[in-house]
Amino acid sequence: MTQPQTRDEQPTNPTRQKSTGMRLIVPLQGIVQGRGGLILGTLIPCALFYFFQLYTKRNRGNSSNTPSNPPSPSSSSPNLAELPRTSSRLSLFSRVGSSGPVSVSGRASLIARENDSPYYIGLEKVSKDPYDKERNPDGIIQLGLSENRLCFDLIEKWMVENVREAMVGRDGEHLSINGIAAYQPFDGLMELKVAVAGFMSQVMRKVVSLDPSQIVLTAGATPAIEILCFCLADHGNAFLIPTPYYPGFDRDVRLRTGVELIPVHCRSADNFLLSVTALEQAYNQARKRGVKVRGILISNPSNPVGNILPRETLHNILVFAQEKNIHIICDEIFAGSVYRGEEFVSMPEILMEEFDKNRVHIIYGLSKDLCLPGFRVGVIYSYNKNVLALAKRLTRFSSISAPSQRLLISMLSDTKFIEEFIKTNKQRIQKLHHSFVDGLKQLGIQCIESSAGFYCWANMSELISSYGEKGELDLWDKLLNIAKVNVTPGSACHCIEPGWFRCCFTTLALEDIPVVMKRIRKVAETCKSLS
Amino acid sequence: MVFKLNSQLLSRIASGNGHGEDSPYFDGWKAYETDPHHPTENPNGVIQMGLAENQLCFDLIQDWLKKNPKASICTPEGLNEFREIAIFQDYHGLPEFRNAVANFMGKVRGNRVTYDPDRIVMSGGATGAHETIAFCLADPGEAFLVPTPYYPGFDRDLRWRTGVKLIPVDSDSSNNFKVTIEALENAYEMAQLDNIKVKGLLITNPSNPLGTILDRETLRSIVRFINEKNIHLVCDEIYAATVFSQPDFISVAEILQEDIECNLDLVHVVYSLSKDMGFPGLRVGIIYSYNDAVVSCARKMSSFGLVSTQTQYLVASMLSDNEFVEKFITESKRRLAARYRVFTHGLDQAGIKCLKTSNAGLFLWMDLSGLLKEQTVEAEMELWRVIIHEVKLNVSPGCSFHCLKPGWFRVCFANMDDQTMHVALSRIKTFVNKEADTKKKPKKSLRWQGSLKLLNPPRIYDDFINSPHSPMPHSPLVRARN
Repeated sequence: MTQPQTRDEQPTNPTRQKSTGMRLIVPLQGIVQGRGGLILGTLIPCALFYFFQLYTKRNRGNSSNTPSNPPSPSSSSPNLAELPRTSSRLSLFSRVGSSGPVSVSGRASLIARENDSPYYIGLEKVSKDPYDKERNPDGIIQLGLSENRLCFDLIEKWMVENVREAMVGRDGEHLSINGIAAYQPFDGLMELKVAVAGFMSQVMRKVVSLDPSQIVLTAGATPAIEILCFCLADHGNAFLIPTPYYPGFDRDVRLRTGVELIPVHCRSADNFLLSVTALEQAYNQARKRGVKVRGILISNPSNPVGNILPRETLHNILVFAQEKNIHIICDEIFAGSVYRGEEFVSMPEILMEEFDKNRVHIIYGLSKDLCLPGFRVGVIYSYNKNVLALAKRLTRFSSISAPSQRLLISMLSDTKFIEEFIKTNKQRIQKLHHSFVDGLKQLGIQCIESSAGFYCWANMSELISSYGEKGELDLWDKLLNIAKVNVTPGSACHCIEPGWFRCCFTTLALEDIPVVMKRIRKVAETCKSLS
Repeated sequence: MVFKLNSQLLSRIASGNGHGEDSPYFDGWKAYETDPHHPTENPNGVIQMGLAENQLCFDLIQDWLKKNPKASICTPEGLNEFREIAIFQDYHGLPEFRNAVANFMGKVRGNRVTYDPDRIVMSGGATGAHETIAFCLADPGEAFLVPTPYYPGFDRDLRWRTGVKLIPVDSDSSNNFKVTIEALENAYEMAQLDNIKVKGLLITNPSNPLGTILDRETLRSIVRFINEKNIHLVCDEIYAATVFSQPDFISVAEILQEDIECNLDLVHVVYSLSKDMGFPGLRVGIIYSYNDAVVSCARKMSSFGLVSTQTQYLVASMLSDNEFVEKFITESKRRLAARYRVFTHGLDQAGIKCLKTSNAGLFLWMDLSGLLKEQTVEAEMELWRVIIHEVKLNVSPGCSFHCLKPGWFRVCFANMDDQTMHVALSRIKTFVNKEADTKKKPKKSLRWQGSLKLLNPPRIYDDFINSPHSPMPHSPLVRARN
């Protein structure tokens, strides 16, 4: 802000335009700064403020909506027409509730106006033209969804062998529909919590045993994150989040809670690992802006990079959180996919040391490690009794279907099967990872060395036409529409360095990899020849 | 090291009481939980009559499951579908699921209307559906009009995380609690004067707790009202298939087909399988909207409460079986009607009247105002406590439904077997006779603790309590072969 000038002073060397401008600005400056006496200094700003509030309040309710469209499937309507500006101004001073175009909530309008990120656009395109070796060999190959198809044979085998036993039930008791149809506790059956606690413990190498009473089950990890946000933050507060991050967080955290995500940028020089210095910087910047930071949201193993946080980093993050008196949400949903020998240290393990546990909350789920995303099983594991109590009540909006709970109780309690499953799963992921990364290497595309996850984080910056988001999205578009391969561009993950792409390989079989490489090569060669 | 966790560290929602569980009504639930009735093991326990659950037709469903093992992906017959179902997580839902639900909804309305499967959006039970629709239609501080008496869960589901307000629109017992356009107009005007923006009207048809349905004229005038005011209409039709006697149920979809002027973008339906099919554990909630923007927005929000694909698959198979569906709907109505008759007859013999216009739902609306010491809410609460602790029946007092006229109680009858029903009836009869006797001689009235806040009518309803006969664990789907 410039130094305040006295109200009557005119600038000494203006152009004509500037002088008019200054004539306007200077008195306004005086007004805004409260100079010029009581009347001008306070009443006018107050009056302006009041009218501004009135304007925004009246205008808020009249945000856009389309007139009724023909009943087409509404799945792809990210670009609904906006309310013409004139109408909104007309309704500026109209009575509350007068007739005009029908309005939905401000939230809904915002959602409608947002262009979907390439993450969602890609997913949608694939669903319309999915690759199938036999039936649709020219379809789009899905490398943009981290789902794991590698181990269904194991699960099906288990079902065949065990379904009979599970059918008869304990003591040959007759199964009754009451067991699945009636109301169940919203936060999940206790038997399932016990089984999930056991599973999580197995996944985390049995270093810690987890307490089922600290578990709240939700219909997927998506509501788990949202519920934690509702518990820990108010509208307008923020979470710090290291980039690049899973694009879904933008929706899950922000859609209905009004909580902001503040990116903490990580760089390739550090292998995209979080540094506490960066955290500190982001935290301070947020404070300067007047935004209250309520916590840090980390993913370990991380998505989309696939690295695991070293013990020391976890330690430092915990110290940082304690210092600033904020929460930590740790998403460990890929914990079971750690395929390289590196030591994965989970939060419960670190917390065995002296730390304030009340601020740590873990998200988990069965979508990745047990390959059952359709069943919608998410977990909140918290050490904070108040958070658990509230989360439990909030699960009424996101409960797991009872029949799925029953099935999973049987499956997860078979610890021998789970042991085998976790081991085989890791081996298969590792094999595919190796093969895929090699394939990309032969195309001249390097990946970050990752130790977990269903994907690799590939550096295609040499292939992009201009070093920036536009160049990256151009390449993404080429890959999607010409090579017919759906990958996730780094910008969708808020990566600060352009040119990085996430490629999920667990939807593929080994023999699909050459097909993928061939297609990418086609585009890579065109790009290289252009640059 | 001493760690001090700042108590300001949690959100406002965490420290608020929007969950509604602090209300005195939890006495009833606690009483049931600590002393639940069981025909053989605890015959003197509290009978659960506060949970609107439909258990009358479980045998039909169980039969169907046995005959159709392919419907469950957990049986050898259905197993080859397993991997595709287990991996599917698209928030549009399985197409066969949407088709089957649309088909079922049409059938329940006697095929007088058809529903478009592409407008069907999933949610975490009707609870999730209500919350999502509130998020989609209104901003914090805006309001919905809701005719009283209404389901207490609305106070929580529509308001808690959304910040939306509810404005009760009172009805009168003198006209059988029917909602009137005058009352709606008045409430709307009052809101205007209070500078509250009304975004919509929420009606439950068939009504909970009244068990009545809206006649054609009233529905038409409601549609005209919302169209004129340009506000949304949310119709909760969760009890549509429980209309067990004449007149027939008329849904809002039917009205929209008629010659009536209405902006379709204003109309939305909330549905679920929890009541009609008796499947609350499946958590199948449905939002059906005629507004594309709302369908799109709700669909994105449905990620927070998707129905398990295993369940979607099962429901799709079951509800596409037209023969089964027709048989089920007819038989369910028949059993509900029979149960209702026995109950009302039994109450009648004890001199207790129920709302005579009820012909739907899983409950009856019982008038105990004759037993009140004085026609006040406090007296109603006192009577209620007596019924819970002495008569040992967990019924729901009218004030929890925001009913202005004291003395009315909702009594659920579809969540127990015949034997328990008779036990409940006999307890009521005994109690009523005893009260009649005691009225002849004045008795020192029992004082119950608990203050009642009239200005903030307490909320209730944690429907997580298991029904009286739920035995333990195992999925019948996994065993559907025998």
